[in-house]
Amino acid sequence: MTLVDVRDLVKHYAGTRSWFGLGPAQPPVRAVDGVSFSIASGRTLGLVGESGSGKTTVGRTMLRLQEPTAGKVLFAEHDVFALDAARLRALRRRMQIVFQDPYSSLNPRMTVEETLREPLQIHGLHGQVSALLDEVGLDAAFAKRYPHELSGGQRQRVGIARALSVEPQFVVCDEPVSALDVSVQAQVLNLLADLQARRRLTYLFIAHDLAVVRHIADDVAVMYLGKLVERAPAAEIYAQPRHPYTRALLSAIPEPNPRATKRRIVLAGDIPSPAHPPSGCPFHPRCPHPRKSERCRTEPPPLREITPGHLAACHYAAEPM
Amino acid sequence: MTTETSGGVGALLRVRDLKTYFVTEHGKGTARAVDDVSFDLYPGETLGIVGESGCGKTVTSLSILRLIPEPPGHILPGSLIEFEGRNLLALPAPELRAVRGNQIAMIFQEPMTSLNPVFTVGDQIAEAAIIHQHLSRGAARARAIEMLQLVGIPDPGERVDHYPHQLSGGMRQRVMIAMALVCHPKVLIADEPTTALDVTIQAQILELLDRLQKELGMAVLLITHDLGVVAGHADRVVVMYAGRVVETAQTDELFEHPTHPYTEGLLAAVPRIDAPRARLHAIPGQVPAATAWPTGCRFRPRCPYAWDKCLTEPPLLETGTPGHTARCWLVTEPERRQASR
Repeated sequence: MTLVDVRDLVKHYAGTRSWFGLGPAQPPVRAVDGVSFSIASGRTLGLVGESGSGKTTVGRTMLRLQEPTAGKVLFAEHDVFALDAARLRALRRRMQIVFQDPYSSLNPRMTVEETLREPLQIHGLHGQVSALLDEVGLDAAFAKRYPHELSGGQRQRVGIARALSVEPQFVVCDEPVSALDVSVQAQVLNLLADLQARRRLTYLFIAHDLAVVRHIADDVAVMYLGKLVERAPAAEIYAQPRHPYTRALLSAIPEPNPRATKRRIVLAGDIPSPAHPPSGCPFHPRCPHPRKSERCRTEPPPLREITPGHLAACHYAAEPM
Repeated sequence: MTTETSGGVGALLRVRDLKTYFVTEHGKGTARAVDDVSFDLYPGETLGIVGESGCGKTVTSLSILRLIPEPPGHILPGSLIEFEGRNLLALPAPELRAVRGNQIAMIFQEPMTSLNPVFTVGDQIAEAAIIHQHLSRGAARARAIEMLQLVGIPDPGERVDHYPHQLSGGMRQRVMIAMALVCHPKVLIADEPTTALDVTIQAQILELLDRLQKELGMAVLLITHDLGVVAGHADRVVVMYAGRVVETAQTDELFEHPTHPYTEGLLAAVPRIDAPRARLHAIPGQVPAATAWPTGCRFRPRCPYAWDKCLTEPPLLETGTPGHTARCWLVTEPERRQASR
């Protein structure tokens, strides 16, 4: 059953004006430019992309932490963008977010207990702080500590406990392990998987690292310059990536295996600015596909089904590279 | 036998018994960030130093060029950093400056904070050539353009007059590399050179470093937290934990036969795409504080094999097979590994 349904989500940021606001307006930054996906209850969608791809903006706009430019998000049949403030607040209880940097997202002047108690008070709930701490693998003694007394991994556990305190159904995990060392990253990934199983949570797991996503996601969507370029079940996308960008991303992952013989596709150039996206296919200036043609420069490829359940936005996705 | 002071014949850079401590604020004691580190760097090789936050890898690299702020930091007497037969720690300041940025150069993790925002990239690349090689301004500018070309920046004649903010993150890191290599150093210290970059840009920069090393024949000290980066780009690896070297080996050997339980745990904790999807192996607990390293073996509180000896006797770096050392009692008592499985 679909819990979250995102349809043609658009978020543009107005371009700034030069000359202290008197100059000509710059073109808008097309952070998210028509993104659609759905997540079934109890599943995890991994949303992957590099800096500036718009993946974080998708997560934040879905929860209405910022207002969308256009599009629709249905959460358990509720139209999230049409709700008034009171009903939005009630719905927020059911959808929460865990941020990347647990240090800047925790109030340094609040103890762990105060941090965890606040959402309970706002929503009029009676949760046990000690039970929450226990669930995320922290000793009850942590309740009296301040964020600066915690390690990065412990802070992220507090961030997770805060999101879970109001018993949500859906959690946006925005790069929750990117700031952590690899040994601690594994602890937090395992914790997120355990919590999902125990509480039957639905996740949108946002990350830049396809290897991390592989360990948690059921389905994977890849973003480039505000658009989805590929979407498929996880097993499928790793075994047979269809979009040249996904192929390049996968091949660029440094494998901890000195004898690896995989062919590395090194993309030329930088990611263009989302204020000036290229014409046609947004990936065409960097695309290594041998079939790249004039069509790629002029005609934006739609996200279309290549094999059942496997979508890619490339004119030549069905052809080998 | 212990190998902590032996070896190093023919090495370009020998680090011996390096101890760099920091006095902490609020009287919390001394942070022993680097605590008795030894390794050699040979001409033309890439030596990877790998470890997690707080293991001392960056302090080690800063100590080599004496870039540790004093106070609060200090390099203890008895430490040795020998470059071409001279102890850098004993060099007078002017002689040290003639080495730094000239024969030993360094690139840092954050290209934006390491570039000066008010000078053009050309000026910044030319500076070292003017200081160390006494080039004229015109000749130095020509050299800067040449360097930009070498590191793969398009339109170098135009880019030479750009300011750092006009460049992307990947381009800035290329400029940093151009600055470091302008005097053709014998040693390049690359401290997390790709950590701040996206994975497709990281691939470009690592490929560039590999190419430049072959062309210029320099030795590279590659400092990283990423075992994947080490696997693809280092000839030998030094694994650090809690201010110490815990394992050293040829790269192939290290990944095939990790000996130290920390190396083994770290390898199992890396999410990867080339193995069946399985629950990740997490190392329990966390890295201890540098002001209070555990007694005995510093990895003991997180080690699945630890026994009573590990609590009381700090292990030495023991040689298992030639060229492969590990700071673990399992090297001398390998049967313990099977027993605790």
